[in-house]
Amino acid sequence: MAEPAIELVGIDKRFGAVHANRDIHLRVEKGTIHGIIGENGAGKSTLMSILYGFYQADSGEIRINGSAVRIPDPNAAIALGIGMVHQHFMLVENFTVLENVMLGVEGAPLLKNGIAKARAELKRLEQEYQLDVDPDALIEELPVGLQQRVEILKALYRGAEILVLDEPTGVLTPPEADHLFRILEQLKDQGKTIVLITHKLREIMAVTDNVSVMRQGAVVATRRTEETTVEELAELMVGRRVLLRVQKGEAKPGEIKLSVENLTVRDSRGVVMVDNASFTVRAGEIVGIAGVAGNGQSQLIETIAGIRTAVSGRVLLDGQLIDITGAADPAELRDRGLAHVPEDRHHMGLVLAFEEYENSILGYHDDPLYLNGPFLDLDAIQADARKKIEKYDIRPSDPKLKTANFSGGNQQKIVLAREMERDPGVLIIGQPTRGVDVGAIEFIHRRIIEMRDAGKAVLLVSVELDEIRSLSDRILVMFAGRIVGERDSDASEGELGLLMAGVEEQEAAE
Amino acid sequence: MSQPFAKLPAWADYGLLPLINLIVAFLVAGLVVLLVGESPIDAAVLMVKGAFGSGDGVGYTLYYATNFIFTGLCVAVAFHCGLFNIGGEGQAYIGGLGVALVGLGLGHVIPWWLAFPLAIVASAIVGALWALIPAWLQARRGSHVVITTIMFNFIAASIMVYLLVGPLKTLGSQAPETRVFGEGGQLPGLAWLLNLVGLNMRSAPLNISFLLALLAAFLVWVLIWRTKLGYEIRTMGFSPKAARYAGISELRIIIITMLISGALAGMMALNPIMGAQHRVQLDFVAGAGFVGIAVALMGRSHPAGIVLAAILFGMLYQGGAEIAFDMPNISRDMIVIIQGLVILFAGALEHMFRPSLQRIFQRIGRSKREPAPAIAGGGQ
Repeated sequence: MAEPAIELVGIDKRFGAVHANRDIHLRVEKGTIHGIIGENGAGKSTLMSILYGFYQADSGEIRINGSAVRIPDPNAAIALGIGMVHQHFMLVENFTVLENVMLGVEGAPLLKNGIAKARAELKRLEQEYQLDVDPDALIEELPVGLQQRVEILKALYRGAEILVLDEPTGVLTPPEADHLFRILEQLKDQGKTIVLITHKLREIMAVTDNVSVMRQGAVVATRRTEETTVEELAELMVGRRVLLRVQKGEAKPGEIKLSVENLTVRDSRGVVMVDNASFTVRAGEIVGIAGVAGNGQSQLIETIAGIRTAVSGRVLLDGQLIDITGAADPAELRDRGLAHVPEDRHHMGLVLAFEEYENSILGYHDDPLYLNGPFLDLDAIQADARKKIEKYDIRPSDPKLKTANFSGGNQQKIVLAREMERDPGVLIIGQPTRGVDVGAIEFIHRRIIEMRDAGKAVLLVSVELDEIRSLSDRILVMFAGRIVGERDSDASEGELGLLMAGVEEQEAAE
Repeated sequence: MSQPFAKLPAWADYGLLPLINLIVAFLVAGLVVLLVGESPIDAAVLMVKGAFGSGDGVGYTLYYATNFIFTGLCVAVAFHCGLFNIGGEGQAYIGGLGVALVGLGLGHVIPWWLAFPLAIVASAIVGALWALIPAWLQARRGSHVVITTIMFNFIAASIMVYLLVGPLKTLGSQAPETRVFGEGGQLPGLAWLLNLVGLNMRSAPLNISFLLALLAAFLVWVLIWRTKLGYEIRTMGFSPKAARYAGISELRIIIITMLISGALAGMMALNPIMGAQHRVQLDFVAGAGFVGIAVALMGRSHPAGIVLAAILFGMLYQGGAEIAFDMPNISRDMIVIIQGLVILFAGALEHMFRPSLQRIFQRIGRSKREPAPAIAGGGQ
């Protein structure tokens, strides 16, 4: 067998306490499309950044075409024939395609000769790989699919033999994604090696030859794509099959507390993130939204919580309309009994630079309980914080400690204590146990069940399928912004996994 | 994500690090003095003596410091909200109009203790209004406050020139300044205060606005760390996303913060106008608005730090003037260079020595607790 195009031997990388890559061994054969799949934070991007010279591995070796190399910066990677197409495009918006392609490899102080040469070369590349794009078009006027094509051209222009694509379909529409896959096939036929990073199972099955699964910084498995299944990959990705089954009784659903009707949300680029979603959450039940990260769950709950605006649709809280298209005010929604544990506790749920007690009132700082006229009633706030620290077993039990110095699990407990202790009617929880130690997970799950049993309506979003299955009374599956199915809590993992992967309902039923 | 280095203890963070920066700044400044053929040691002695060696020296040092406390607080308040208000210069300049209104209009009618509070309010309001337009543009239109405030500095300067060579000028005078205020427009000096510590101040313009500056510093501390508004300002400054989540209106907080910031800058005008010159002169702010940026940076946006940094810069101004007077080779511009070096090291390069200091502390910490335990309480 020929030397592999890329061979990673024992790559290890830490960022402070975070172990981003653990002893990674990976072989990518020449002339293949190799998928790397894993959830957000599994270490895929870090690994590729090491390959592209953005980061240096703490230990381990990189071999390109069989020989050990050192890649101190992206220039070295380019010289070795490695090209990278980033998730967020690195293009100069107000330059033309041609100018972007030759940026950094202009060839001479005067552009005249360089431009002519670049134009000829670009033409050749376009013909060879059928990557048509007008060289004189401005980047900002091109649709995202074409912008991505420019990124690929940029890499090829620099002589890339190995092409790394980081979540390339995240910004593409399905037809654009299909077109991209055809391009990738073509490049493979021309002998290029392609590494495709994604968290979408369907893409892996559609286009790759081999696939490696990453979880918590380690490569947990490598398979030939034709010898594996979506179910197997999903299981490998999500983790152990061991269910953290929580003790819980029958749900006793009451009246409808939260009702979402035909909700559609776009992001700032105009891409549809939530597509005509409708569902209800009743008092005394937990509705879980399953889905691979990035399928619109974040936008859905942020819209309901008043942080984001929607394009169309209605959201009713206790039968009363929430102004989701205008300026819904999260503070007002809190008053109306809607509590929200955001997915992003580091930037949204908490101010890490604050002391613990300051975070214990975030969002509720208007409550007269914590105020003395315009002044903060520090004694009352700290006493209140101490009570919560005790009840939720937050450690260390010091309300004056900076929040950044708490562990992930304890930070999450700070947020949960704040939101749950207000006795809300509706509780929205995003990723309750992301980055949380195992001990705290059980505690958090128990508290969520207790909220349900106390008659709260709970809307739970998590990318951990086990968590959704063990907590939810009803499960909605989101894919590409749409709610593609609803299942009972005893739905099988395989069935949900297929729905999450966007396989149509009929196929899933087979 | 946790830091790769151990955290510094507070005393090192707030005391040792600024001190190291300052020492390095003075060493480099010493080299500059050496280059022009003067003795750095003599210059240092002259500077300290000039600034603190006599009643008048101290008086001048604190007089300058008063200006810098106000402008430093102005920058710091905005900074806590994540805004970089570099328009203190213009806000203070225009704030002079508020002082002039009271000084010219009522100075000969009411006593100073009535005129003073009126002038405080007037200067604060005028300064705040000058910050309002950039604030609104930032909050509503996203026009960056750094750009708009610096443009407003120029507008302020042009308006003041127009007024001081035109409508506000004394009839028949050739100087671009207003007439001298009446008795009520003149603030009492603080000679008695320096007398208490055995210093004899004769001609220095130190006046009761210094006490007002100290009071303002205290009130800013209360505002930022003890009020609901301050809580909202800090939330916005640390994390706009968290502020949005908490239902804090970005528009409201940005505008209120900038109004407070502008008001603090406006009050700076009291010191030179009502306290010292008793009239409005051209360019009475004299760069204090910009020095305020350095003062706020050096004082870590904390009022106590700002008062200390303001006194340091007061010393540089006063002592620097003495050096320029006594050492003919060192011109006034050289003093600006030295001040610039202090700003460079204390402000802009503030974090230059942090990593090495952290490494040293880490090493000390480790050798103390042998065998080294895992770092406790690390983030995930």
